Amino acid sequence: MKLLVPIKRVPSADEPVRVRPDGTGIEDDGRAFMINPFDAIALEEALRIRDSHPDGGEVLAVCIGDSEVEAELRTALAMGADRGLRVACEASLDSLSVAKILAGVVRREGPAMVLAGKQAVDSDAGQAGPMLAGLLDWPQATFASVITFLEDGRVQVVRETDHGLETLRLCLPAVITADLRLNEPRYASLPAIMRARRKPIETLPVADLGIQPRSRVVQLRMEQSTMARECVRVADTDELLHRLRSEAKVI
Amino acid sequence: METLVLAEHDGKTLRRGTLCALTVARDLASRSGSKPVILLLGRELAAVRDDARRFGDVVVADHSLLARPTAERYAAVIADIIRAQGVRELVAAASTFSRDILPRVAAVVDAAMGGDVTACAAAEAERVELQRPIHAGAAMASFVLHGTPQIITVRAAAFPSAKPLPESEATCCLDWPLNADALPDRTEFVGLESRSTNRPELGEARVVVSGGRPLRSSEEFQAFVGGLADALQGAAGCTRALVDAGIAPNEWQVGQTGKVVSPELYVALGISGSVQHLAGMKNSRVIVAVNTDPDAPIFSLANYGLVGDLREIVPQLVRALAR
Ligand SMILES: Cc1cc2nc3c(=O)[nH]c(=O)nc-3n(C[C@H](O)[C@H](O)[C@H](O)COP(=O)(O)OP(=O)(O)OC[C@H]3O[C@@H](n4cnc5c(N)ncnc54)[C@H](O)[C@@H]3O)c2cc1C
Ligand SMILES: Nc1ncnc2c1ncn2[C@@H]1O[C@H](COP(=O)(O)O)[C@@H](O)[C@H]1O
Repeated sequence: MKLLVPIKRVPSADEPVRVRPDGTGIEDDGRAFMINPFDAIALEEALRIRDSHPDGGEVLAVCIGDSEVEAELRTALAMGADRGLRVACEASLDSLSVAKILAGVVRREGPAMVLAGKQAVDSDAGQAGPMLAGLLDWPQATFASVITFLEDGRVQVVRETDHGLETLRLCLPAVITADLRLNEPRYASLPAIMRARRKPIETLPVADLGIQPRSRVVQLRMEQSTMARECVRVADTDELLHRLRSEAKVI
Repeated sequence: METLVLAEHDGKTLRRGTLCALTVARDLASRSGSKPVILLLGRELAAVRDDARRFGDVVVADHSLLARPTAERYAAVIADIIRAQGVRELVAAASTFSRDILPRVAAVVDAAMGGDVTACAAAEAERVELQRPIHAGAAMASFVLHGTPQIITVRAAAFPSAKPLPESEATCCLDWPLNADALPDRTEFVGLESRSTNRPELGEARVVVSGGRPLRSSEEFQAFVGGLADALQGAAGCTRALVDAGIAPNEWQVGQTGKVVSPELYVALGISGSVQHLAGMKNSRVIVAVNTDPDAPIFSLANYGLVGDLREIVPQLVRALAR
């Protein structure tokens, strides 16, 4: 089975995000980046599906972006993806543009399943997966926490919703988006990192897919959020309750 | 039907988030002097239709094939309505329901979509400036959507609930003629497993008490977090650490990837204050933190901080509240 995993490069979670003073974006000079955590989970799941499937298969990792994203593609290859594809595109994209590009790649590659992240932790949009399913007219299951293959060829997905765990069965091909509890992604071993250097990364200009991306979500500016509050340290529970009653008036 | 509100309901009444979405929709519709129309999908909708008609005109797609909100079918029906009625904008509350279905609709009708909106300035007729949190709430982005149609989801906590119309104002109801044979049939709903509680709904509660990693079992969680939540008549929430450990169900997780809450009072018990958790509760009106570590980051976001062991502090609080 051929599985396609779209991967986004996002700022690493180890350092706080700082907005540039001019509000055009975040400070990215010298900052670390990583694979979007949900995409790492999606990739891990794709690798497990490939490795447990009787007739094996292929895992294709796809990044859309400038040449910098090749670092994350290399990491994906080191984790075990068979091939990397970079769709070369410099423009900043909204989720629908991403989905249109991914749909172009899907039509070219013909995977049985796309496993994406449920959301990118920079945009926090969470849109590209279900948008891709809509463009392809494929069934979808978002926020997956368990994926099982059924004997009849369908796939069963447990989804994490606001109201509890929902179980769906989908016909393939389908788009599934990964939630946090689907698995624990592996770390790439040093030998795997060495081997990944020899794996192929193809570069495909976005125009070759016949797509001219045009974002209709247009960002005007970005501002740092202020979160800090003046914290009153209380001595004991009596003082706390007293202040909550007479000062904050919440109880 | 220029402005449509996609409703979430429990079969009887509209959820509070939908009423907040309606507030935004009324604002958007007023630019052209129109009123938003409420869209209901599901099965056996007579009761909720009556509830919705208190707030405006209603379109209803009531069919056994829509008993469960599977994205494929719901998106197909919503996209049909948008196209047939020339809808200019569709608004809904941000939730797992809308995050699943609406991006799919946006793709099918080729709409620009903005999600989790926390501010909407509809003053200028043509250009509506929207705001949403990004990078787990570390930054706010201001943006506009180009073209029509447009799809917007809003954070319920950021907008007031819409009020019903005056009783004298008559509303009408359109039954959407569903072409059942054309609906996709590739997704089978198997079941929904939810842990029921007698506590208020997390997203709507006035008080939320949440617990973190130091709670080592469901029993402990119930005793400490549940106990204080009950004493304050609030909802119980938790960090990812407890959901991963199987101690609390996922629908109680507060944060970037869980629920976003902004109650009057948020009590954080044994929670360090990771950015991902803060993203889900930092807009609460009053925040209380209880933590053994005086340097825990949560204190920089709290209005009141109490350094100590939650196992000693919670029983004291519960006893004092019972007096
Ligand atoms: C992509 C991604 C998304 C995530 N999304 C979310 C999300 O939506 N929500 C979320 O919550 N997390 C999320 N996380 C996880 C997040 O990064 C943190 O790991 C998590 O929030 C930590 O939970 P915690 O505060 O319970 O545990 P810890 O960070 O381990 O903190 C425990 C705290 O308890 C204190 N403590 C210990 N014993 C006691 C005691 N007896 N009494 C009082 N205090 C005590 C300690 O001092 C410490 O401060 C996400 C992570 C990733 C990578
Ligand atoms: N530039 C990109 N390249 C590859 N995949 C992407 C890109 N942007 C988003 N995705 C995929 O789409 C998912 C959702 O993204 P978003 O809609 O931005 O939250 C991500 O988790 C990725 O799987």
